[in-house]
Amino acid sequence: MENIISITIEDRDGTVQDIEIPTDVNLSLMEILKASAYDILATCGGMALCATCHVQITEGLDLLNEPSDQELDMLDTLPDASDESRLACQLRLGNKNQGLKLAIKGALQ
Amino acid sequence: MIQTDICIIGAGPVGLFAVFEAGLLKMRCHLIDVLPQVGGQLSEIYPHKPIYDIPGYPTIKAQELIDNQMLQIAPFKPTFSLGERVEHLEKQEDGSYLVTGSDGTAIHCQVVVIAGGLGCFEPRKPDVFNLSLFEKAHVHYMVKDPEKFRDKTIVIAGGGDSALDWTVFLANVAKQVTLVHRSDSFRGAPDSAEKVYELAQQGKINLLLSHNLMALEGTSALQQIRLINKAKEEVFAPADHFIPLYGLSPKLGPIAEWGLTIDKNAIEVNTFDYSTNIERIYAIGDINTYPGKLKLILSGYHEAALMCQSAFKYVYPEQKLSFKYTTVNGVNAF
Repeated sequence: MENIISITIEDRDGTVQDIEIPTDVNLSLMEILKASAYDILATCGGMALCATCHVQITEGLDLLNEPSDQELDMLDTLPDASDESRLACQLRLGNKNQGLKLAIKGALQ
Repeated sequence: MIQTDICIIGAGPVGLFAVFEAGLLKMRCHLIDVLPQVGGQLSEIYPHKPIYDIPGYPTIKAQELIDNQMLQIAPFKPTFSLGERVEHLEKQEDGSYLVTGSDGTAIHCQVVVIAGGLGCFEPRKPDVFNLSLFEKAHVHYMVKDPEKFRDKTIVIAGGGDSALDWTVFLANVAKQVTLVHRSDSFRGAPDSAEKVYELAQQGKINLLLSHNLMALEGTSALQQIRLINKAKEEVFAPADHFIPLYGLSPKLGPIAEWGLTIDKNAIEVNTFDYSTNIERIYAIGDINTYPGKLKLILSGYHEAALMCQSAFKYVYPEQKLSFKYTTVNGVNAF
């Protein structure tokens, strides 16, 4: 289907689920995850300040937009970040991101 | 002791506007904020960013908005306790409240308004086994007194500016400093990173890049930290003290212990007047939640106005509130 992609999400408890998301809406991945009923605090509302939307990209990392300095600085402060870490609030997915796989990491308090 | 009508926790845009709305109803305000200046995240985090959704301003820089708001509330002579975190809340016999700050400031008020935004920023804790066991005496999330570490063996963790700067500083104070970072490079200031590399080359510090923290170990006192390197081998770093410096993350802080109904770090309120489940305590702005909540500055302004109409009955129980427009009445300074 046009402008719909499927991505795979692993929740904190290990549950894996594929979800279909539209790519023609102006929403960040954080907003999409929240709308899909995933538990994400997103305290700062998408300003790359709180890192509660931390995700680990297990497939398709290189197809994402480059992280900004602010995002890298924030990721750098996270004790549990890895080279595959991103902040979902800074990601906007397009059709090329079909098949993206990620694990939700962000803190719940 | 400070005597006021309304104690506002948080001096961001919404807390400041509450002073204006309260002032129109002749209620005095005292504001307490953990940050050293007014303006909340607008002044602290994005003072130069333009905001586009303030009515009447096609665009306005965050700090300009705060400066304007300070001018707007000047007639009502608000007082401030800045750089102080609110700690305790104590209900008095007559229903009023005594609010105490971390520096001991006592504020007696009829109404408490929580306009705390994201909350207060607290040190981020690493997920390390046994952290809580040694937290009290051997783990330090900030360096308050470097002398505490004189001739001690310390492990610093983190890759940001504060981790780099304290490593450089404490290299001359402590007996031995180990810096642990999960990545193979630093994003902090290049100068500080350069110094850290130099110290490591000279053998003055022990630099462990691409290492992850696993556990704190010791019988009664902290003795060593167990790490894992890129090859998944265990590595042990001796330590009397552990200093994790992973930046700050927004938390509710002591407010969370006050018995308020809280959902996902936000305070539930009644949209009739933005009152909480506790009488005389209101929550406005980004810190509250209700069905349909939008975290917008302008929503917070609206919440402040309605809150004041409701708070009036606690400040002036004998009086009847009559609503007046500023265009009719003007602004009558205190």
